[in-house]
Amino acid sequence: MRRHWEGLNNWLDHRTGLPAAIRHFLYEDVPASAGWHQVFGSVALFLILVQFFTGIMLAFNYAPTPGEAYNSLRYILTEVTAGRLMRGLHHWGASMIIVVVVLHMVQVFLWGAYKKPREATWMVGVVLLLLTLAYGLTGYLLPWDNRAYWGTVVTTQIAAMAPGLGQYASRLLGGDGAVGVVTFARFYALHVLLLPPATLLLIGFHVYLVRKHGVAPAPSDAGRPKKKFYPEQVFKDTIGIFAAFAILFVLAIAVRVPLEQLADPTDTSYIPRPEWYFLFLFQTLKLFEGPLEVVGAVVLPGLAVLTLLLVPFLDRGQVLRVTKRTTAIAIVLFGAIGWAGLTTAAVVTTPKEARTVEVDYSAPTDWMQLTPEETTAVAYFRQADCDSCHGINGKGGSSASDFAKVPVRKDAAWVASHVQRSSKLNAAQVGIVAGFVGKLNERSISALENAPEFAAQGAVIYQANHCSTCHTVNGVGMKVGPVLNGLAKRQSRSWVIGHFIDAQKLAPGTIMPTYKLPVKDLDTLTTYLFSLPENGQ
Amino acid sequence: MEDVQPQSEVSATSTRRRFHIGAIYGLMTAISAALGLPALAYLLVPGKARKKQDWIEVGDITRLTLNVPVELAFRRNRVDGWKTLSEKSTAWVVKTSDTQVTAFGPQCTHLGCAYHWEQEGNHFLCPCHTSVFSIDGKVEAGPAPRPLDRYDTKIDGTRLLLGKLRVATEPSAGLRRPCDGAQRS
Repeated sequence: MRRHWEGLNNWLDHRTGLPAAIRHFLYEDVPASAGWHQVFGSVALFLILVQFFTGIMLAFNYAPTPGEAYNSLRYILTEVTAGRLMRGLHHWGASMIIVVVVLHMVQVFLWGAYKKPREATWMVGVVLLLLTLAYGLTGYLLPWDNRAYWGTVVTTQIAAMAPGLGQYASRLLGGDGAVGVVTFARFYALHVLLLPPATLLLIGFHVYLVRKHGVAPAPSDAGRPKKKFYPEQVFKDTIGIFAAFAILFVLAIAVRVPLEQLADPTDTSYIPRPEWYFLFLFQTLKLFEGPLEVVGAVVLPGLAVLTLLLVPFLDRGQVLRVTKRTTAIAIVLFGAIGWAGLTTAAVVTTPKEARTVEVDYSAPTDWMQLTPEETTAVAYFRQADCDSCHGINGKGGSSASDFAKVPVRKDAAWVASHVQRSSKLNAAQVGIVAGFVGKLNERSISALENAPEFAAQGAVIYQANHCSTCHTVNGVGMKVGPVLNGLAKRQSRSWVIGHFIDAQKLAPGTIMPTYKLPVKDLDTLTTYLFSLPENGQ
Repeated sequence: MEDVQPQSEVSATSTRRRFHIGAIYGLMTAISAALGLPALAYLLVPGKARKKQDWIEVGDITRLTLNVPVELAFRRNRVDGWKTLSEKSTAWVVKTSDTQVTAFGPQCTHLGCAYHWEQEGNHFLCPCHTSVFSIDGKVEAGPAPRPLDRYDTKIDGTRLLLGKLRVATEPSAGLRRPCDGAQRS
């Protein structure tokens, strides 16, 4: 067996030289001081490869136009097997790369590893950092939800502020400050066509430079014999990679990545916020107002990048032990505190979005289309614990038929008496549940599974107060008062709640009666109404 | 490590080395599996189809004449990835009794040509390669490899509803009960 393997190896070596090249790569000498602090470069490279992989996977099911991007991403999240995992890996991978790349830079900076002759390695690294940020910026738009759209509006307007070059930058990004189909196409092209090969080339160059100059030695390495890169340092790198991957995988599974409502350029109340790693820039921007805005938006970040590039030329002394590089340590600490302070300030000053309802659009939202009465049936179904026997799609009990798999074949009278016998619901509630279960379809089964509790309870309050004797929801009810679909677009949350409590005050002459419900109920009811689709079917 | 090592240190070094190499391969394999298996599932395992084909109303059975096939046109929604397309489609419908209807897919099972009903021959004829099917869909002549495909049917009052189009699997499958596979309602 071993002989065969060696034979194959020799054959390959003769024909391609690859085994020799790999050996040459792995058995490189590294300084005796090499160790755990140098794993970040390998981890960053690994994470980039994971991004390439998951990005390609997502592209297999993603339609890159504003008309379809959102729907295809929803399709990936709700219907494609393991689609949510792929998107989670790609989303969290992007954040993790930023973290790891910054850690890598901090390590190189603290150890002074950028000093002669490694200036070019450092500068290529700075460009790679900028490319990483460019991925984040362009990828942010691609889900085409409200968050993506409004975040990008801000970005492109900042680009337009650049002195002299602003108008060209803005034109390159596909429109004079407006975000539309052209901007989308360009962001997508940048994200998948331009950036990946550019990154690969620069990583190749970066690694080549690292190999050309060798891993930077520390002062303590003088007179100590060198070590081999493989297997000891590769082992440490692998542990680092595995730890990063484990964190990434857990994040992708455990933390649901939000998908908000479809991008709505007419939504004037949306408060855009950038991704967390841009928050400090965003906060810096707020420190400058009026004509000085350009300083925060363009000048300061520009100077920061320039300084970063020139670090090897600003610090040209002898290489010292890392513990003696007090200035470098102070700069890193100062930078970290500044970054943390600005980011915290940005998080703290983010207003709670009063208008929007936390609806998870990445889960099926068929429940939004149900009539209020049908939605109350969902509430009673849960209240009576029907699902402790009748699981839905495998969730819940299994001692009776799963409605998602077995259609209900009994007649209405049988269902009603069955519900009556097996629950403590009153006659009216039994009627509603029986009626609902008797005509289950895909949409209502999905609602049983996915309708949020606020919707179910909100509908109960809606029905209990006979709102439908004046109002229409999803095409059901009277039209004495206004149709309630799209209410979120027309009124603020506080207005609606105030209107329940004292309608005359807010709309003099209205026939809307006063509803002195408990605050919690008013809140639930309003949340339910606000979650209804604009065009109810 | 010094150049000259006692024997025990050499074996300790090689154990260490074996452990390192084992860990590298082991962890890399674990990562590849954790990425590769979901990716295979992503590409190969069909997702849950959320919207099943609905029943589509195509007409009123009282307007059909017993044992006279007619071609009925209707629109149906087809789910294609993240899109739902509305398509025009047809079915050849035969009323076999007052409560039983058979509906055939409109394409010949040979190469997909549109066939039609020949009243004088009392059979379906495909113009492409002259496949002939009886009124119950069985192949009577020609190259067609299997009987005509059938829609699931359901009768609600007098309304005729069509469901999924099913391929007749058995080449020799005879006339099934017309309401086979359909729910009674």
